[in-house]
Amino acid sequence: MPVAERSGRLAALRRRLEALERTGRQDWAVLPFALPAIDRVLPGKGLALGTLHEVAGTGPEEEDGAVAAAFLGGILARLKPALPVLWCLAESDLYGPGLVALGLDTRRLVMAQARHQREVLWAMEEGLRTSALAAVIGELDVLSLPASRRLLLAAEASGVTGFALRRWRDGGRAAAQRLAPNAAQTRWRVKALPGDVADGEPGIGRARWQVELWRCRGGDVPTSWMVEACDATGHVSLAAALVDRPPAWQPTYRVG
Amino acid sequence: MPGRSLGDARARHPALAIDEADPAGDAAALQRLAHWCQRYSPWTVPHGSDAILLDLTGCAHLRGGEANLAGELIERLRRQDIAGRAAIADTVGAAWAVARCGGAESAVVPPEAARSTIAALPVAALRLDPVLAIELERLGLRRVGDLYALPRAALAARFGEGLAARLDQALGVAAEPLSPLPPVPARWMQRRFAEPIGTPEALADALQRLLERLCVVLGEDMLGARRLVLICHRVDGVAAQVTVGTARPTRDPSHLFRLFAERLAMIDPGLGIEDMVLAAMSVQRLAAVQLRLAAPARVQPATARGKIVPFPGDKAVARQVARALLAAEDRDRDIGDAAELAALVDRLANRLGLPSVGRLEPHQSHVPERAQRFVPAFAPSQNTWRVDPPRPIRLLSHPEPVQAVALMPDDPPILFRWRRLPHRVRRADGPERLCGEWWFGGREAGVLRDYYRVEDEAGRRFWLYRDGLFLPTAEPRWFLHGLFA
Repeated sequence: MPVAERSGRLAALRRRLEALERTGRQDWAVLPFALPAIDRVLPGKGLALGTLHEVAGTGPEEEDGAVAAAFLGGILARLKPALPVLWCLAESDLYGPGLVALGLDTRRLVMAQARHQREVLWAMEEGLRTSALAAVIGELDVLSLPASRRLLLAAEASGVTGFALRRWRDGGRAAAQRLAPNAAQTRWRVKALPGDVADGEPGIGRARWQVELWRCRGGDVPTSWMVEACDATGHVSLAAALVDRPPAWQPTYRVG
Repeated sequence: MPGRSLGDARARHPALAIDEADPAGDAAALQRLAHWCQRYSPWTVPHGSDAILLDLTGCAHLRGGEANLAGELIERLRRQDIAGRAAIADTVGAAWAVARCGGAESAVVPPEAARSTIAALPVAALRLDPVLAIELERLGLRRVGDLYALPRAALAARFGEGLAARLDQALGVAAEPLSPLPPVPARWMQRRFAEPIGTPEALADALQRLLERLCVVLGEDMLGARRLVLICHRVDGVAAQVTVGTARPTRDPSHLFRLFAERLAMIDPGLGIEDMVLAAMSVQRLAAVQLRLAAPARVQPATARGKIVPFPGDKAVARQVARALLAAEDRDRDIGDAAELAALVDRLANRLGLPSVGRLEPHQSHVPERAQRFVPAFAPSQNTWRVDPPRPIRLLSHPEPVQAVALMPDDPPILFRWRRLPHRVRRADGPERLCGEWWFGGREAGVLRDYYRVEDEAGRRFWLYRDGLFLPTAEPRWFLHGLFA
């Protein structure tokens, strides 16, 4: 096969795959992380808006969802700051002073306390169908493929960004659910890392997280970064130890 | 003068003004007055032909005490040219007696004093049949107190159960429940059907028409509904009802219909519904704005400018017009967005329950669990959060006890066990000492917590506190209260 013909075919196939993966959408409004290392990996150079994303903790954090909530809080603080945000939850342990410290204005934050998971899903979908919102967050235990597709379709129709904050009651449920397929555009895992404070210095310093993007349509995954926790404007930054280091060795092969 | 004929009265006073008796009109007026009295208590009911009973349980402190309330009530009635007398007592009977025969314009009978207070009043004060009252007086039983000493059985045998029952009611021995007036809807609409309806489609259609008509009425008076009740009267005499509430006043039929639509399935039409009533129980002022549920079409500012600017040469005017247009567009969009948000909040609140939808609002308290409150979504906001010192992102609703080991009395723990998992503390910050709010009463006077932010070896961050001062004699108690990110 001549080279020109082959590259032409490949380009056509790529376009087709892209169209399939992006469910027919071509215009991507995005929210950049303002960190080239992360934005480079994401298609559109930022977190796509008007779609569904998933964020979970790691290990015991899968149960309490504190790091995941803070990671999301930072994103929400920067996402369309003029519009309100709907947070649907089944457990009411979200604490205002902690959210405000991430730069999230609580006057924007409308909370819906559901009694069970089905109501969280329903409330999320109602929110995603309302274009007057910036984003909808749902703290979800179970997220089946059909349920996630419903949320995705609602989000794409209205342009509101949906976030599924995965939170499981115990390790057994987490093990059964965490890898289950769903329709989310990106799937993130965040994990607390020990802070970077030299021995003998007081205090506990700024928190550090490992942010892992393990599933992303049209993105170069899996990949992970070590970042410093959100500052008062909701931005994460590269951990200090990494900033002056040569870039990490990137594997040239991909599995799956 | 009761009992005198009209001719006699006219002979004495030729200038006498005469009005026909109108019992039905009086009863209606009394009913209206009873509703007016609901400003003092939600539990009001007309009693007899000329009395109104108010259940003031838990209401008097709102008006500065019972005496103030009674005085204010009489004063307000006087301004409406209504002469009245008020009495507040433990029982309906005692209050009635003191109001009729007590002599004072407004009186408060202290608790437990009904028996001694009414003892001196004439027997007619017991709400007796006038004939019976005259008979008692002839027998020398002039005061209520005279009846106390008589044997009950003899009293009942001689004068009937009515007297004994009235006496028991006045003294609080027998219960006398009040049935309050039902609240009056602010605006309502009714639809009767020639044939009973029963299918969901017919119900929905009828509801839609009712809503449209009600919203027109609300619009004429510049009102918006906050709470609506739909009552369906079935042919077998059963009435089914559903209620919806809204976060902001609204008179948008399609929005209200969506709120009702979910509940409509809960109405069991039985053999058919012959009559539907839609009542706006609670309304608020709502100025005439065009509320849009669909996203408003965004006008391109450039084209709008090009169309309307009258003098292309005059840049100042053009700029002004453009600015006005953009401002109008912004306002339009804001109104559209606000209405859409209000509609969303209504849908959520009607399914999840009204108290389940809201915002977090700061509260002036340093006690962590009281520093935030859950308020309705459209409540006015202060936004005076304190962010320093750092606070966790998740606060457990109840601090959970942990087993912790600390080396020194005021040191953070070096090791603790929470939910069966051991955590070795790598770094810690603290203590931050928080005391209970002793100014609210004695229960919190001795409460003291030393909070520490700690990080374990895996990097997870916790908010722990030791309960109370360290005492060499007692094992310190540690709790985990929150999770940092």
